Amino acid sequence: MGILRYAIYRFGTMLLTLWVVSILIFAIINLPPGDFLSNQIAELQATGQSAGVAKAEFLRTEYALDKPLWQQYMIWMGFMPGPHGFSGMIQGNFGWSFEFDAPVSEIVGDSLWMTVLVNLAAVAFVYMVALPLGVLAAARSRTWVDYTSAFVGYLGLATPNFLLALILFYYGHRYFNLPIGGLMDPIYENAPMSWDKVKSILLHLIVPTFVIGTSGASAMMQRLRANMLDELGKPYVETAVAKGLAPRKMLTKYPLRVAFNPFVADIGNLLPSMVSGSVLVSVVLGLQTIGPDLLQALKSQDMFLSGFVLMFVALLTLIGTMVSDVLLVLLDPRIRYEGRK
Amino acid sequence: MKPLLSVENLSIAFGAQTPVVQNVNFAVSSGETLALVGESGSGKTLSCRAVLRILPRAAQITSGRMLLNLGQEERDLAQLNDRQMRDIRGNSVSMIFQEPMRSLSPLHKIGNQVSEVLWLHGGQKGAAAKKTVLDVFERVGFPNPERTFRSYPFELSGGMRQRAMIAMAMVAKPKLLIADEPTTALDVTTQAQVLGLMKDLQRETGMAMILVTHDLGVVANMAEHVVVMHKGRVMEAGEAPPILTNPAHAYTKALFDAAPEIPEQAAVGLPASREDPILELKSVAKTYTLRAGKAWTAPTMIQACQGIDLTLPRGKTLAVVGESGSGKTTAARMALGAEAPDQGGEVLFHPAQGETVQVHDMDHPTRLAFQRSAQMVFQDPYSSLSPRMRIQDTLTEPLEIHHVGNKSDRRDKANEMLRMVGLSPDMLKRYPHAFSGGQRQRLSIARALMLDPALLVCDEPTSALDVSVQEQILTLLEDIRDRKNLSYLFISHDLAVVARIADEVAVMRRGLVVEQAPPETLFYNPQHPYTKALIAAQPEPDINRPINLKLVAQGAGSPEAWPDAFRFSGLTAPPLIQLEPGHKVRCHV
Repeated sequence: MGILRYAIYRFGTMLLTLWVVSILIFAIINLPPGDFLSNQIAELQATGQSAGVAKAEFLRTEYALDKPLWQQYMIWMGFMPGPHGFSGMIQGNFGWSFEFDAPVSEIVGDSLWMTVLVNLAAVAFVYMVALPLGVLAAARSRTWVDYTSAFVGYLGLATPNFLLALILFYYGHRYFNLPIGGLMDPIYENAPMSWDKVKSILLHLIVPTFVIGTSGASAMMQRLRANMLDELGKPYVETAVAKGLAPRKMLTKYPLRVAFNPFVADIGNLLPSMVSGSVLVSVVLGLQTIGPDLLQALKSQDMFLSGFVLMFVALLTLIGTMVSDVLLVLLDPRIRYEGRK
Repeated sequence: MKPLLSVENLSIAFGAQTPVVQNVNFAVSSGETLALVGESGSGKTLSCRAVLRILPRAAQITSGRMLLNLGQEERDLAQLNDRQMRDIRGNSVSMIFQEPMRSLSPLHKIGNQVSEVLWLHGGQKGAAAKKTVLDVFERVGFPNPERTFRSYPFELSGGMRQRAMIAMAMVAKPKLLIADEPTTALDVTTQAQVLGLMKDLQRETGMAMILVTHDLGVVANMAEHVVVMHKGRVMEAGEAPPILTNPAHAYTKALFDAAPEIPEQAAVGLPASREDPILELKSVAKTYTLRAGKAWTAPTMIQACQGIDLTLPRGKTLAVVGESGSGKTTAARMALGAEAPDQGGEVLFHPAQGETVQVHDMDHPTRLAFQRSAQMVFQDPYSSLSPRMRIQDTLTEPLEIHHVGNKSDRRDKANEMLRMVGLSPDMLKRYPHAFSGGQRQRLSIARALMLDPALLVCDEPTSALDVSVQEQILTLLEDIRDRKNLSYLFISHDLAVVARIADEVAVMRRGLVVEQAPPETLFYNPQHPYTKALIAAQPEPDINRPINLKLVAQGAGSPEAWPDAFRFSGLTAPPLIQLEPGHKVRCHV
């Protein structure tokens, strides 16, 4: 089957890209002079705490930071045996966070899944809001429906996210008794998964989803509206009307299908922009996502932690583009059959 | 007997403006064809779309009745609500549109799009619907209906797509078929076949047809009744034969005079002298390599042109005629140096003074100099002028690029050129949207003339224009050619246009020149089956000369189906043989 082969091919290129990205990330992290440990050693020596120095020296050799850069990279990725044999990213060992003095996987742990959850919820929100509103605005262009949705959309685009977050928290709490901050009630933290915990998470998700998704949704709505308007002027729409199709069926079967392409192609861009865009929102809203961790890790040159987070964001982006590429091929026969003739 | 559809006092207006269609009346009975004839802006398209109430959103039917008589009852289409209207559309009244390339959804299979009509109206579902659709596909001439059913529109040629459109319109067995310029976007030979098919279907089913067209030749071949429209009003209406043989209204007469015709009288064309050529193409070929879909298969080669030898004498017009895909545009591009011919081909440009330019192999300075003496006029005057530039900037831009003169010189030159193409210099400050199609084509000619070229390549310069405007543009081109001693390489698919302007015609088919002669010789004594097909397919505004479909089918088919003397297969074409001075045909000796 052609589509399966294409998906495999796309997966292969994704891995290749990921590898190139890993080199870039490693290079960028190592660009600033010094690293976390040498900074710490210098500081400890200045204050005369030799016990700490010994521990730091131990960590240096433990994590091969005394080796040349290219070897550090190979060991980090797991292409080359380090002090403990093959133990790198591809073996599932993400390294040690010097800042928090714990394995990266432990620090990131839950917040990784929370990040995925928050962002998936935001993406779903974007699509669920933009799709009907965009189609409606195009079908009723130049009427009050169109103008109102455009106005609300621009308002959403123009309002800073943190401000929107504060406003929503205030009114959400006041009128709907929504919780403020965090991603779940504190009593469920570290508790095993239960129905009540899921319910608490869902309740806490409402405001962040709205905040992170609004600007994306209004931008996408405008794009879909413009695409739809273009398509509505095309002769094949007339053909469909001349057949005797009812307006709603006609809209969804023909112009929407064609206008859908850019909509799908956007999935790839949406994911990373949300992850990086939601850092500030996460800090303001007190969400336990990966964003605040990344900020902290970059500031203190905690290389394994920041490296892991950056790799994770890159992976999300690549998965997003892969999904949208494969979907496009499924949706559009013109792409599917290209080069066949 | 009552007519099937009678439209009475129909007026259509955009908002509160004066109506664009005023008090139009026409009627059509079962088994008959009514032709609505007129130029763009005449309101013919709006009138026919009003019947199905498919109008632009701002347009409104302000008065009139449209009575559809389906036997048991008579219904006024202007009064039906949307739901009732949907039952009529595609069911008892269906429609075919002008552009088959764009009138089918690119993302749905043909079978799906055609079956949909049955799902909506026929009550047929699944296998039963598919069977009906396959039958119709076979009837409209698809060699493999099953395969067509599964195809996407982009896998079919223009003619085949129009057949699919016809199948879609016919599948619910309508009482009335409205065809809005159904063949304007097609090649002549394809047009002849599609028109033939529509006539056959009408004979079989006894449906009525409303044919909207600007082509009097099509009218003469198809219609029993004619309504001539101009600026939203009916100028003349009645039976086709008297109107076509003896038009009463001045506007109809003008339309007839403007329609280009292939000359009938015997005349012997003088072979053009070869002594002072301005442009020579010597054994020019062009092969395109299509990227292979898979890495391990060999790339596909496409022969766009092969073995082309053409000579354009100074001050003359050489026309290259052929349908889409014949390689005529590729040949023109190579003549201008926009595309390099394959190894071994030579394109030579001989200026009046100075050295011969090897167009196939130019360095940058030579190319700059060559571009000053060879310019192009494009097909579509709507997209070839930048909508964001004033006419003055558009016209002076070539001079700026080539650093000719100072600012006021350039403006003077622009003034002069505008006058030459029959426009007034006070239009310099306007933007292109303020001009009509014909005026735009004049502007684009003026732009091509700004650098005082010696050679003009005209790529279908009139095919986007109305007949009466086409007539004016051709007159202008002839006039300028004679005044400035220009030489034209004229690309066209329309033999009748070429008949008028060319000194020599080369007919191309599948990348080969199949016949070449002065137009008089070519039209009086065509030898090649393809040339004969082209001439036969040309609809003439004369009811006594219907299209000979047999000739068309034979010549327009594949080279394997040509008569013995001309037949070939693959790339081994016979040579071009000189029959008489100046008349060459590709045939076996």
